[in-house]
Amino acid sequence: MANITFNTTLLIYLLTMLGHTFYLVNRKPLVKSVSFFSLGLGLFFHTITIGLRSMETGHGPYTTGFEITSFFAWVIVVIFFITEWKYKIKDLGAFVIPIVFLIFLYSAFQSREYSLIDESATMFWLTMHRTLSIIGYAAFAIAFGAAVMYLIQENQVKNKKLGVMYFRMPSLEVLDNLNCKVIAIGFPLFTLGFMTGSIWNVKTDESLFSWDIMRTWPLIAVWLIYCCVFFGRLLVGWRGKKAAQGAILGFVAIIFSYFFHVV
Amino acid sequence: MAEVNLILVGVNHKTTPVEIREKLAFTKGKIEESVDHLFNFPDIIEHTILSTCNRVEIYARANCQDSAIKSIKQFICDFHGLSLLELEDHFYSYRNKEAVEHLFRVSSSLDSMILGEAQILGQVKEAYSLARDLRSTGLVLNQLFEKAFSIAKKVREETGIAERSVSISSAAVELAQKIFDDLENHTVMLVGTGEMAELAAKHLISYGVKTVYVTSRTYERAANLARTLNGSALDFEAFKNELHRADIVITSTSAPNFIIKKEIVEKAIHERKNKPIFFIDIAVPRDIEPDVNDLENVYLYDIDDLHVVVSANIKEREKEAENAMNFISQEVTKFNNWVGALDAVPTIVEIRKKAENIRKQEIEKTLKKISHLSENDKQLLRQMSSSMVNKILHKPTIKLKQKTQSEDGHVYLKAIRHLFHLDD
Repeated sequence: MANITFNTTLLIYLLTMLGHTFYLVNRKPLVKSVSFFSLGLGLFFHTITIGLRSMETGHGPYTTGFEITSFFAWVIVVIFFITEWKYKIKDLGAFVIPIVFLIFLYSAFQSREYSLIDESATMFWLTMHRTLSIIGYAAFAIAFGAAVMYLIQENQVKNKKLGVMYFRMPSLEVLDNLNCKVIAIGFPLFTLGFMTGSIWNVKTDESLFSWDIMRTWPLIAVWLIYCCVFFGRLLVGWRGKKAAQGAILGFVAIIFSYFFHVV
Repeated sequence: MAEVNLILVGVNHKTTPVEIREKLAFTKGKIEESVDHLFNFPDIIEHTILSTCNRVEIYARANCQDSAIKSIKQFICDFHGLSLLELEDHFYSYRNKEAVEHLFRVSSSLDSMILGEAQILGQVKEAYSLARDLRSTGLVLNQLFEKAFSIAKKVREETGIAERSVSISSAAVELAQKIFDDLENHTVMLVGTGEMAELAAKHLISYGVKTVYVTSRTYERAANLARTLNGSALDFEAFKNELHRADIVITSTSAPNFIIKKEIVEKAIHERKNKPIFFIDIAVPRDIEPDVNDLENVYLYDIDDLHVVVSANIKEREKEAENAMNFISQEVTKFNNWVGALDAVPTIVEIRKKAENIRKQEIEKTLKKISHLSENDKQLLRQMSSSMVNKILHKPTIKLKQKTQSEDGHVYLKAIRHLFHLDD
């Protein structure tokens, strides 16, 4: 059953991605509405998939690589819906849904074996670490989409080559604001995730210095990048292009760190 | 009934210079006067006059196309006291499908001097409603114009024909809207009081800009313009220190050298904590050092850049016009089918009438010869003959209705009318 809903979700996300991309080109309102509806449907099946899995395993979706990846995609979709509702940026989907699809597709290739949950008291910290980090990452994924749009639009306005995208994309200010807000939400969550992760580490190993370098360094790098983006805007006025480049660099770092940290 | 003949005779900005167009124009009063004149021509069944500054066109449904086209040309010239001999070359005329297509293009603003401009649809609507009031239109022209309006609406909504700005000041506003979210909380500074700058500023104000600063070498002029724009004047010596307050700066001074240099902008942008500034340099020679555009969060457009944007937009509108033409071609075919079906009905009625006459004649003739039949039997025979005729004609009637919807419908109609001797 969970397999059926998983595959249905994957197929729907694929179609939704194509729909959003198609809308970028052809601009028919119907395509937009259908894509929006189909994303909702995808989220519905995705939720059922996660729910079924949790019922089988008896715990939330944060123990194995498969669960974490799928949950990550799910949170991005939820945050995307909130952003759509608040900002109504027509083409954001074309830049965010492909990320959702790729992440979800990646989870399809991961082992679906269960991992037994450790009932110890430290589990609380691990769960907090994973949940908070994933929500933070998902916010960064939205920031990444907005940043790509920003750079495309900025490039057109700056170089005076006003192509099709110039007319279709929103203003630089809207994209920069979105970038600012999602990072302002994502960064504290990610930081808390980082801290709870450290606490868990200390509690299990009883030492702050026994960290596995390969697992920890990439995370520190990600944290540093977003720290620069976040405080750079706040203190030195790094906005616009710099903020967008930072958000893109940060997300690329997240993808790399995933392979070191989770896999 | 003869087939529906639509014609159009006219002149427009492409075929005729304004000196002649203005002489041929019809004001509302003149159109009212024309109605009776045009109905005096026996060939013209319905008509509408469309007269704008770029075109004078008469759409008509006629019995005979050739003579109606001739009559209308003659009428336009006579009515304005001009000689047809001199103007003959300026006129164009279209028939049936081409005439329909032309009206669809005109009302969708594909035939306008500025592609996609919004005015023409209103003008066509006005012309049509006047014609309706004067009762010069009928079934066919009514349908034609109503269709033209709905097509124009769809073309506007579904293609980008009207999407991009094609004037310097609206292109500048459009750019401002792509840099800033909504212009309402933004500030514009005018350096110099040139006419174009004033126009652009007014345009920005109409889009919500509330705070306006004006500066000029002559303080008096700055103060005057500031008053009309509801803004405040700045001293020319001091404006560079105030530059950080402006989101949009429009320059139009007659200074021979650059008056806004990179260092000044660098300082301003620093003071603004990198909030973007959009510079529009309308002055020739230019007022702003071009290197300014290299600074992050600074966007500089000079008059040539804006011209390039506008001409690219015009090209884009032309592309969209091609898309619109595909859509219009489909609609022309649909309209043609409607007109075609209009023709089938009277033909079918005529055939049925003819068959019914023959049936009546023949059955009565026969019944007279068979005297022993009861009235009841006679009635039965009459019913039988009736249903025979109906059954024989049923399939051809349906087929004819279908066929007249097709491209070569009129050929079928002609053949049917010929075979049944309907026109003799």
